[in-house]
Amino acid sequence: MNYAGIDIGSRTIEVVVVNSSGDIICSLQADTGFDPIAESLKLFDSIENSGIKYQRIMATGYGRTLFEVAYTNLDPHPLSAPKDLTLADKCSTVTEIKAHARGVAAYFPNAATILDIGGQDSKAIALNNNGKVKKFEMNDRCAAGTGKFLEIMARTLGFSIDDFGKEALLAQNDLTINSMCTVFAESEVTSLIAKGADRREIAKGLHISVMKRAAGMINRVRSDQSDSIVFTGGVAKNGCMVTLISEKLGCSVLVPDNPQMIGAFGAALISSEMG
Amino acid sequence: MSDYTQMWKDLGLNLEAHDMLLNVLGNAYKDIYLSQKDRPEGMGYFDFVMSEVHGLRIKELLDEKAQGRKIIGSYCVFVPEEIALAANATLVGLCSGADFAVEEVEKYLPRNTCALIKSSFGFKLGKVCPYLESADMVVGENTCDGKKKAYESLGSLVDNLYVMDLPQMKSDGGKALLKNEYYRFKSAVEKLTGVAITAESLKNAIKTVNAKRAAIHRLSELRSAKPAPISGLDALLANQVFFYDNPARFTESVNKICDELEKRIQDKKGVMAEKTPRILLSGCPMAVPNWKLPWIIETSGAVIVGEESCVGERGTRNLVDESGDTIETMMDSIVDRYFKVDCAIFTPNQDRLNHVAQMAEKYRADGVIHYSLQFCQPYIMESIPVEKALEGKDIPTLRVETDYGMEDAGQLKTRVQAFIEQLG
Ligand code: SF4
Ligand code: SF4
Repeated sequence: MNYAGIDIGSRTIEVVVVNSSGDIICSLQADTGFDPIAESLKLFDSIENSGIKYQRIMATGYGRTLFEVAYTNLDPHPLSAPKDLTLADKCSTVTEIKAHARGVAAYFPNAATILDIGGQDSKAIALNNNGKVKKFEMNDRCAAGTGKFLEIMARTLGFSIDDFGKEALLAQNDLTINSMCTVFAESEVTSLIAKGADRREIAKGLHISVMKRAAGMINRVRSDQSDSIVFTGGVAKNGCMVTLISEKLGCSVLVPDNPQMIGAFGAALISSEMG
Repeated sequence: MSDYTQMWKDLGLNLEAHDMLLNVLGNAYKDIYLSQKDRPEGMGYFDFVMSEVHGLRIKELLDEKAQGRKIIGSYCVFVPEEIALAANATLVGLCSGADFAVEEVEKYLPRNTCALIKSSFGFKLGKVCPYLESADMVVGENTCDGKKKAYESLGSLVDNLYVMDLPQMKSDGGKALLKNEYYRFKSAVEKLTGVAITAESLKNAIKTVNAKRAAIHRLSELRSAKPAPISGLDALLANQVFFYDNPARFTESVNKICDELEKRIQDKKGVMAEKTPRILLSGCPMAVPNWKLPWIIETSGAVIVGEESCVGERGTRNLVDESGDTIETMMDSIVDRYFKVDCAIFTPNQDRLNHVAQMAEKYRADGVIHYSLQFCQPYIMESIPVEKALEGKDIPTLRVETDYGMEDAGQLKTRVQAFIEQLG
């Protein structure tokens, strides 16, 4: 029996299907676009077209409830599940906090602290010995300190998002960026460029400001300062961010193979464990 | 429902804006309250009260006025209802639980003022609160800096504003100040009504308000049962109506609900399944119609079993000693009772930390959600020590900061759901 997890974030959507032993048998990603539900259903279509069947779906991410409602009301319903399952059992939801905790526990069974920085939100999660959520913090309403912030800044500086971290690591000196607000930081960056500041140094300064925010969040949740941190979400692919956080907190930072898939993977695992 | 248009017009309300407010209120009530399952039958009374909140109750107050009673409006639980009642006045709480006339408000208050203060101005500037407009005296109090300074501006809008000073420390000096202020208030009310308080009228007033509080205490106790016999939203509503209903009728109605709940508890019937995670809500007062957070919590699979708030147990805890026979001893008892209110404007405020932990235990809460209104310095500041105190006792705690707007509802829901998952 297989189980699917879907993570509908503000920037990207991930789907992971696991078998009953929890091994990933398929994973897909798409941009959220302006119609997240249509994009999500397309992903499931292509999985079904490749002949992979799944018993249940667990949705997470900010679009989880919308998806649950849309999926449950689909006509004809795509899942030909056993009759004893009610429709509501076929697609349920879980928050991204719990999904990440579960996904990370599968990769790193001893993980105690998770940092997740995605497109438009960031969170720090402390886990108990048994991998359950003990405490968490989330950023508030705006995009400050998230992937979106870095993306906009990379564009302002003329770097591709993939190179942004690499270039920042090459900076010779540190430079301080004062604004965390995307709008103000952008004008600060523009005026630094006008003053002739080094692009790489500006890039590093921006990374440092995001790192400080993340470190603050981690420190509010974790109890043991020596524990390593598991870093997930799109921003975990940014080497400069990983290095800066590790330096600042004085501990190792572990990044799973595909850090953006952790939420969907965790959701799929939770679905498989529902019995 | 009768037509109250003329009455509202006579009070000087802005009818168009007022219709809009009633509409929003009615819809919110339908979506949030009437959609709940398995409500106690006795809640029918509160449904009625809410449907007539600007109608029948206002008419009653105006009839009282016609017979010579005075109406006093208040913004804080430190204003002693006993003194008002004893001098032939009726005390009503002025709710301030919704955004109104926001642009007008910002001509008087900076944007980073808490929603409660902004709302109190909005209701005045928008001319939509019949309680405020029928009041013969409006009492402000020097609690947080926000309110203290806001009353200076409110004074230019409300000509019968009376400002009560309040202590900041639970010291002998603080108590003396409170006593002094309660005597000053007593004279002001007596002057307003032309009725001198007697030992007898004060004793009766104490008994009336005590009975009302005792009924709420009884309701609170019953909520410690598993499964919870009543939703947090419904219990909150009773605590909100506490502030403006006729005291004797309110007491009777709450007791009736309690009888019903006792039966439910005997039958092991609850509003939600026995294993539903139980939440204690702690923090800023929730005035009508600010039901946002409780609604998010109770539609996310948890039940609220207590409110550590001024619209809740902080406001109703402790009765006034009824044994005094002279005005002086009874005034002392009143001061004693109110002086124990552990509002975050006091420093230090260890009592509140103790009370939150005690309530979590008493109502068998699985976790505590600490609620602060954005820009409310006293409660936001205190939320960190509250969280530390609770975590020291292994009680999971979530701190949220929000306002009356719905923009953050999605984010809030995710955080609340994740917290509930954490408890499950
Ligand atoms: S929180 Fe403080 S200021 Fe507000 S009503 Fe309660 S006692 Fe008064
Ligand atoms: S909520 Fe806070 S800031 Fe607002 S009036 Fe009450 S104590 Fe003052």
